[in-house]
Amino acid sequence: MQDENMVPATTFCVHHNIELSFIHSLKEHGMIETVVVAEELLLPLSQLERLEKIVRLHFELDINLEGIETITHLLDRMEEMQNNIQRLTNRLKAYED
Amino acid sequence: MEFIDYYKILGIDKSASEEDIKKAYRKLARKFHPDLNPKDKEAHKKFQQINEANEVLSDPSKRKKYDQYGKDWQHAEHFEQQRRSQPRQESYTSGDFSDESDFSSFFESMFGGGSRQRTAKFRGQDFNAELNLQLRDIKKTHQHTLTVNGKNIRITIPAGIENGQVIRLKGYGAPGVNGGPAGDLYITFVIADDPQFKRIGNDLYTNTTIDLYTAVLGGEALIDTLNGKVKMKVSPETQPGSRARLKGKGVPVYKQEGQFGDLYVTYGVKLPTNLTEKQKALFVELSQVK
Repeated sequence: MQDENMVPATTFCVHHNIELSFIHSLKEHGMIETVVVAEELLLPLSQLERLEKIVRLHFELDINLEGIETITHLLDRMEEMQNNIQRLTNRLKAYED
Repeated sequence: MEFIDYYKILGIDKSASEEDIKKAYRKLARKFHPDLNPKDKEAHKKFQQINEANEVLSDPSKRKKYDQYGKDWQHAEHFEQQRRSQPRQESYTSGDFSDESDFSSFFESMFGGGSRQRTAKFRGQDFNAELNLQLRDIKKTHQHTLTVNGKNIRITIPAGIENGQVIRLKGYGAPGVNGGPAGDLYITFVIADDPQFKRIGNDLYTNTTIDLYTAVLGGEALIDTLNGKVKMKVSPETQPGSRARLKGKGVPVYKQEGQFGDLYVTYGVKLPTNLTEKQKALFVELSQVK
């Protein structure tokens, strides 16, 4: 079954020139979610952005999976904090005016 | 065009071994990689410089040429002219590096556009843009066409977006290097202050003036909202500076359709002027009533 919200892992691997075993490793580390339908490994589209970032960090910068896990967690926290700062700045500005 | 000291960029000296160069490059690339420095223009610029330095110093022939002519690059151009006048021994695929923008003109003058043989794929640079909006522009989700680097991009602006909020458009940044993916486009929304409404979160704040008689006896007031005027009941004995709430007349809650903040109205009271004799007499009478 092909779902428009899913992309076959093999297609992703061909496109990015990586081994399917890499996707399996990420899954084992709990870093991505995958779905198996009719024995085909599928990746939810919502995961692609995160997955592409992981691929770049791993293959461009030689960062191992443990390192990437730490980095992505910290980047998520950083983004959350930046958004909070922005919200608070807006709020503060409204009171200062 | 200025001389670029690639050794300095990588923080190594001229006697550095291939291993030293690789190590220095890896260290700096990890520090300045665009994925690790989202929305940081300076880091992206630095990353390009590091790439360029590595491109030259990690390739023995380029390094040799750089060491020989680097400080006097005009000679290198001359050298290149001479080389070009000789029959080529190598053939290059044109178009592979059609986007030269991520290399300095110094690099281009030294090594030209077609002689690069890269092994690493890198993601293109992220672009940043600002979109200026009025408060009234965010009351409804709508489409907007932006022109970024000559490309028209149609985006959806969700109702209730915040000032300073950033959205990312994947793949609309600079093209990738050596077949790498394109960068992303980050759009920061700048929402101008509104002369009538102050926004705090999803709530709006405004002021309105009512006359003395409405303030004392109660009545109705016409209040401006983002969607036009509405009638609001004014309670008797409303004090100046007191505040009333119009539920659901604030800003739409971002990405939560059908939900809105509230509008808070602060009352000012206008005292009557140019009183007639009769009015004055009535006020006097009123003031004496205990």
